[in-house]
Amino acid sequence: MAAGKTHKDRKVSPLTESVAVRACLIGLALLFIGAFLVLPLVAVFTEAFAKGVGAYVDAIKDPIALASVKLTFIAAAIAVPLNLVFGVAASWAITKFEFRGKSLLITLIDLPFSVSPVIAGLIYVLLFGAQGLLGPWLHSMDVQIIFAVPGIVLATMFVTFPFVARELIPLMQEQGTEEEEAARSLGADGWQTFRRVTLPNIKWGLLYGVLLCNARAMGEFGAVSVVSGHIRGLTNTMPLHVEILYNEYNFAASFAVASLLASLAVVTLLAKGGLEWRYGHELAGSRG
Amino acid sequence: MSPSTANSTLAGYDDAPPPPRAWGGSWRQPSVLPGFGITMGFTLFYLGLLVLLPLMALIFKAMEFSWEQIWAAATAPRALAAYRLSFGAAFIAAVINLFFGGLVSWVLVRYQFPFKRIVDGLVDLPFALPTAVAGIALATLYAPNGWIGKLLDPIGIKVAYTPLGVVVALVFIGLPFVVRTVQPVLQDLNKDVEEAAASLGASRWQTFRRVIAPSVMPAALTGFALAFARALGEYGSVIFIAGNLPMKSEIAPLLIIIKLEQYDYAGAATIGSTMLIVSFLLLLPINVLQRWSRLRSAEV
Amino acid sequence: MVIEVNRITKRFEAFTALKNLDLEVRPGELVALLGPSGSGKTTLLRIIAGLEFADEGRILFDGTNAGDRQVGERRVGFVFQHYALFRHMTVMENVAFGLRVVPRDKRMANADIEKRVMKLLSLVQLDRLAGRYPSQLSGGQRQRVALARALAIEPRVLLLDEPFGALDAKVRKELRRWLRRLHDEMSLTSIFVTHDQEEALELADRVVVMNNGAIEQIGTPEEVYNMPATPFVYEFLGNINRIDCEISHGKARLWGVEVTAETHDGTPVPSGTLKGHAYIRPHDITFIDPSKQEGAPAVVRHVAAAGPTARIELAVEGIPHLIEAELPRQQYLELGLRTGQSVTIAARAARVFPPAAE
Repeated sequence: MAAGKTHKDRKVSPLTESVAVRACLIGLALLFIGAFLVLPLVAVFTEAFAKGVGAYVDAIKDPIALASVKLTFIAAAIAVPLNLVFGVAASWAITKFEFRGKSLLITLIDLPFSVSPVIAGLIYVLLFGAQGLLGPWLHSMDVQIIFAVPGIVLATMFVTFPFVARELIPLMQEQGTEEEEAARSLGADGWQTFRRVTLPNIKWGLLYGVLLCNARAMGEFGAVSVVSGHIRGLTNTMPLHVEILYNEYNFAASFAVASLLASLAVVTLLAKGGLEWRYGHELAGSRG
Repeated sequence: MSPSTANSTLAGYDDAPPPPRAWGGSWRQPSVLPGFGITMGFTLFYLGLLVLLPLMALIFKAMEFSWEQIWAAATAPRALAAYRLSFGAAFIAAVINLFFGGLVSWVLVRYQFPFKRIVDGLVDLPFALPTAVAGIALATLYAPNGWIGKLLDPIGIKVAYTPLGVVVALVFIGLPFVVRTVQPVLQDLNKDVEEAAASLGASRWQTFRRVIAPSVMPAALTGFALAFARALGEYGSVIFIAGNLPMKSEIAPLLIIIKLEQYDYAGAATIGSTMLIVSFLLLLPINVLQRWSRLRSAEV
Repeated sequence: MVIEVNRITKRFEAFTALKNLDLEVRPGELVALLGPSGSGKTTLLRIIAGLEFADEGRILFDGTNAGDRQVGERRVGFVFQHYALFRHMTVMENVAFGLRVVPRDKRMANADIEKRVMKLLSLVQLDRLAGRYPSQLSGGQRQRVALARALAIEPRVLLLDEPFGALDAKVRKELRRWLRRLHDEMSLTSIFVTHDQEEALELADRVVVMNNGAIEQIGTPEEVYNMPATPFVYEFLGNINRIDCEISHGKARLWGVEVTAETHDGTPVPSGTLKGHAYIRPHDITFIDPSKQEGAPAVVRHVAAAGPTARIELAVEGIPHLIEAELPRQQYLELGLRTGQSVTIAARAARVFPPAAE
């Protein structure tokens, strides 16, 4: 059929690039991702098993390592729920009401993101440390915060402070207030409105925020490093333990503990990807 | 085309452009929804206790010292060298990320290739991977006997334990900031403006340069600023690969820790305040940029 | 320029958007592609522009195959449904875009570009707003910028995709008349897509009624309105009463009158008795005196009398839905129709089609 032949004289669509250009760009991007992201991840696990499975297990079963795991979990177990409650409360106040100074409040909530973790640790040392503003008073009360567990928890809370609010604010902004107003007009009280109308709408975004918050809480290094005092078995979290082992040239053990943290990161990424894939439209709009 | 005009009757109906949105009224608009008091109260209490009060402590502490002390600490040669490295490396890393982050976003949004979903997920690795883990991994890779260092050493490039190593770590840390700000904008870019450009005779490159790039630029600059700000304060991923030689490869956050360990609180507070002020100054243009881009790209 | 669409077929995966379609647009003509959404009208326009490619068939511009040329080389002015203005450029830069992307050796001097753009902007009466950004313009103004931008490249054909779709009713009507005059002055071959029959009938020299990827009828507005070729065109254009009826031996009896049945493709009506549909325009329904003429008894159910014509809804015996009639206001007043009143109606004109073959 004569007419059937003509579609061959169509050239490259004017709305995309030639195959060669596309291949080059994809290749370059993959090379970059490979060198900067994939290789470090692979290196962690390779180095962790460099001295065999036995050495790996020993490094992790070491009591000091186990103590650091325990402390990491304690810090996250306190910081994440508190920041979760804060995130929900702040998002509710910010997105369901109109008030002056809202954008200032949002900026302040974002603040810990733009503060160096080292400075986050520093401010607590300056506040609670022996020579800090409240140091003498705390000493007289026999309370120790810096170089002790409370300081580690506080520093962790600071650096993970915005995560949940950050996820929820755009999401709830987009959802508006109509559904809550409808629930109120149908006689629901405040708590019922939140539990039955708002919460189902934000649950996946909430989980997403908690996931990221937890990953950061368990992996935080700079801020915790400043306030911890590096007391083995007492104030060392996993990332700090990784540092100590590394600086002692105990690379295999260092990477063994690091591989636990890297696994946590991979699990977080997988869960995050799963959430985005399955519930993308129920997460913040921009990611939709 | 005929030179004459089909005029006259149009003057009467110029429908008004949308008025700028304005919000006025009292401090708070009344609402039927409950819980403002308790949620707002808790928000301010928690924010104040955890963030604002301790930040204030930094300022108060810095004020305990005399101007001479502060000036001396802030401008000591070692501090100046640390600022120079922190700012310089953060800037170079952000520029590299601007380019590669833009490329990665483009490839992820526009092209199909195997394992695309995995690559997309991997972009967030620097967010999820603890910085200390990234730090030791990068240091191992780029050490002269590491997988990458081994390739670079013979051609005379030393990465680990040099300022170059700092840049490498900061590129790792900053990548997702650029990708995650550019990607959604690229995704939302209407296909029809590209079609319009093509129908007006623009080549693909012209369409990219004159239509696509300007639309993405505000987001790309925001991503650049975010990556830069993050890189400035980064500690964990840098210290393992940097070598930490005073005056050479010592970053400002590390200097703060060193001062603290020497109980030089004035020095630590001063360098911390300097960096904090710079971070705030950076936040400002980011917000202005975002507002500007939102205005410019208002729904057309 | 003559545009020939030659046996074009376009498929999107399993869905066939255009089926073996033929069309010829004459020089200087203003043609409307009219149809419901999904009828393939926009796809056809985009194929003519070169934004999309047909699976089979050819597009000829003045007898030469346009398929060899990309969209940018075809010199088509395309006005997008949502205007597709470049939001980071001023009105002036938007209009100048097509002139600035010309290769350097063929590009006009900057001063000439500026002059041309200002002339176009005064043509669309936006010269005052040359420095504004699209977000600072109203819908109607954006539409005119899009038009000026398309005209700047001196296109050989102007293609408009739902040009008034995003505007409100009042602006739409005025812009429509203005565009018609502009077209008459420039005598540029133009095709526009619309789903609004009023727009197509008022604006176009010829209307192409499309449905399901095929052309139902091509004709002047008068032809397609008064002599619809198919039941689809009847139902799509204007208000219509469709009544079930019985065709026997090629004829149907409707309200006391015998109507000859016809088919839309000219094939003979099947003999024997079969079900069919009668189509009567509301303004072809008359109110008669039952003692003088045979008709159908009906009861007035509702009257909407605002405006120059009165719309009357009637319940007619044996018809499950209401019948709509339209009367000039004067006649309505003379008859003194009232809700609940019993009347007798007849059809001034009616057409009967057997059910569609498919």
